[in-house]
Amino acid sequence: MTEMNIEHGIDRKIDRSHMKVSESDIAIQISGMNKWYGTFHVLRDIDLTVMRGERIVIAGPSGSGKSTLIRCINRLEEHQAGQIVVDGTELTSDLKNIDKVRSEVGMVFQHFNLFPHLTIMENLTLAPIWVRKVPKREAEETAMYFLEKVKIPEQAHKYPGQLSGGQQQRVAIARSLCMKPRIMLFDEPTSALDPEMIKEVLDTMIQLAEEGMTMLCVTHEMGFAQAVANRVIFMDQGQIVEQNEPKEFFNNPKNERTKLFLSQILGH
Amino acid sequence: MNNQVSYVRTQMLAQQPPPGREMGAVKWMRENLFAGPINSALTILGAAAVVWLIASAWPWLAASVWNASTLSECREIIAASWGEGHHGACWAVIKDRWQQYAFGFYPSDLYWRAILALGLLFFALTPVLFAANRRVANRVMGVVSLVVLAFVTVAEFRLIDPADAAAHSIWAAILTVTLVLAVLWAVHIFAPSKLIWFTAIYPGLGFWLLWGGSVWLPVVALAGFVIGWLAFRAAQPFGGPAQLVAMLLVPVLWWIYGAGVAADVLNRIIPFSIEAVGSDKFGGFVLAITIGVAGIALSLPFGIVLALGRQSNMFLVKALSVCFIEFIRGVPLITLLFTASLLLNYFLPPGTNFDIILRVIIMVTLFAAAYIAEVIRGGLAALPRGQYEAADALGLDYWKAQRLIILPQALKISIPGIVSTFIGMFKDTTLVVFVGLLDPLKGITDIVRASTDWKGIYWEPYIFVAAIFFIFNFSMSRYAMYLERKLKTDHR
Repeated sequence: MTEMNIEHGIDRKIDRSHMKVSESDIAIQISGMNKWYGTFHVLRDIDLTVMRGERIVIAGPSGSGKSTLIRCINRLEEHQAGQIVVDGTELTSDLKNIDKVRSEVGMVFQHFNLFPHLTIMENLTLAPIWVRKVPKREAEETAMYFLEKVKIPEQAHKYPGQLSGGQQQRVAIARSLCMKPRIMLFDEPTSALDPEMIKEVLDTMIQLAEEGMTMLCVTHEMGFAQAVANRVIFMDQGQIVEQNEPKEFFNNPKNERTKLFLSQILGH
Repeated sequence: MNNQVSYVRTQMLAQQPPPGREMGAVKWMRENLFAGPINSALTILGAAAVVWLIASAWPWLAASVWNASTLSECREIIAASWGEGHHGACWAVIKDRWQQYAFGFYPSDLYWRAILALGLLFFALTPVLFAANRRVANRVMGVVSLVVLAFVTVAEFRLIDPADAAAHSIWAAILTVTLVLAVLWAVHIFAPSKLIWFTAIYPGLGFWLLWGGSVWLPVVALAGFVIGWLAFRAAQPFGGPAQLVAMLLVPVLWWIYGAGVAADVLNRIIPFSIEAVGSDKFGGFVLAITIGVAGIALSLPFGIVLALGRQSNMFLVKALSVCFIEFIRGVPLITLLFTASLLLNYFLPPGTNFDIILRVIIMVTLFAAAYIAEVIRGGLAALPRGQYEAADALGLDYWKAQRLIILPQALKISIPGIVSTFIGMFKDTTLVVFVGLLDPLKGITDIVRASTDWKGIYWEPYIFVAAIFFIFNFSMSRYAMYLERKLKTDHR
């Protein structure tokens, strides 16, 4: 019972704090969202409002529904109840809306998911050319711009299999950016990387955050959360258990489950 | 408890070659031929089997006879030079009858058309098979051009039956072939990207060269595809499913009701036709290649559609695909061929004269497509889920994701299986003998063996036919390996 109270208390507080801002400043609005895998209730009563330019880190033990939550935002997973509005477009089974949201929302995956049969350049220009109908030359210029931004322009004509994990993940970030998204979702972007490569990916993400991109990151990199996030959300058993600004969240966790999690992950 | 003396390396070690017995032929033999007692025994046994095979076949092969006009003459020559009772190969039968193996009863003054049709096939395939490799394309086209010219010349000067020779101009045929090849080379050199248009019209052109008759029949048949595309465009306002139905339905209606009339009318306005050749004249490798190539070309796209259908979320599409695939795979090809030759006429509107070769091609296509669908399904299943998700997350719709991301990878994985299916299908073309067509293996060989000259010949025709099939199938297999190498970009 106490957990529920805390959860709702926090939600009310956050909601009130945004009362004065206008609708158009809201990037993502999730209300009363529920999701089941078969009969398993993975996400329970999720309420979340993400403001434009906000950088949110979602943490929690494995199986808590963090990835599922952000995958619902671009409809890689379907939700069964409640409402998700992304950039003013509500996600329903309407394919047009889904395609519209997907072209506005970039996503970076744990396992990069680059297309191995295409060169880096082709990976980056494919969606702009085929979805946005950008002329090839223009798409290639944009691709080079973003490759330079993630500091690997020299790899443009190699295949993904020839790059290191860190480089591949930076390419994946650049691939998303080529679509000029307004929101970026990161699904454990550094979990599959060697320790030596985590930093180069995090640096890219920090750079992106500094430019004001709206970001939702599922990650275990608590250092990143402290440095970049406006808000940290902690999930357990498919529910948002606690959310707060990073300093408060790490120094003064309220929920028992959060305290346990933090003590385990920061303890060594 | 720390007993170790602290140590800091000051110099890194350089690479060194492995010890002598770990390199070269010695290592290879030890690892591959004599790795253990069982391996050694098997090596010796295998070598003995090879030696025995060669030793027993060699006397027969060594006593080969190439020049004779009958089997008895062959035997006399062997007896004369190798002694009474010696067995020898009589390849003279091939020399005597090879044009029948190649062309069946195709009119000898029109051999050039069949040769040209097969040669042009390679030109049509070049933009598809060797798209990115101009050097290979040049080489293939060069070799094919020379072979076609050589064969046409031989056919024109040596093979024409005096009975067919009456109103035939050797030079007109050779000139036509040269001209067609020259035009294609010009296109290949000056506008290589336009050669794909030749690929598009080749099905009609090949059909016309082989069967002859009015030029308008293949033209209106090909027009069906253009009409299908127009219908697809016209149905755009009504959404995707309507487009799909229009694209499939309109051409079929055109082929059944419109095409025949249109061909007649056009033929009356601008009559243009060449000598027609009936399907009963087809035989030998012309028949096998016609059925094989048509089956391969049609079954791949159909198989892809079936594989995607089987993965579909739409219940009806999925159910129909599964039923079709399982039914076809559960039934022997011969059953389908009998259906094609006997039963199909009962189901078609009365008076429809549906060519037997065409019917066989349809059945062979359906048969191969079901297998290809399953092979491709394996390729689709082998792709990590992340590929679908990444395509979705980038906003690609279903067809774009399939075409740009999923199928290129799934087909690449499926190449060995697809080529196996093609090879199997090409060999299965010999089964058409059961519906009265003259396949090279049994149809033609039976005719040769029934003739008074070659009665009693046994091994040689079969070895010859097997060798030709081997050349075709081995080429396909090598091409598949080339393709796999070329498409290997994952650097694993």
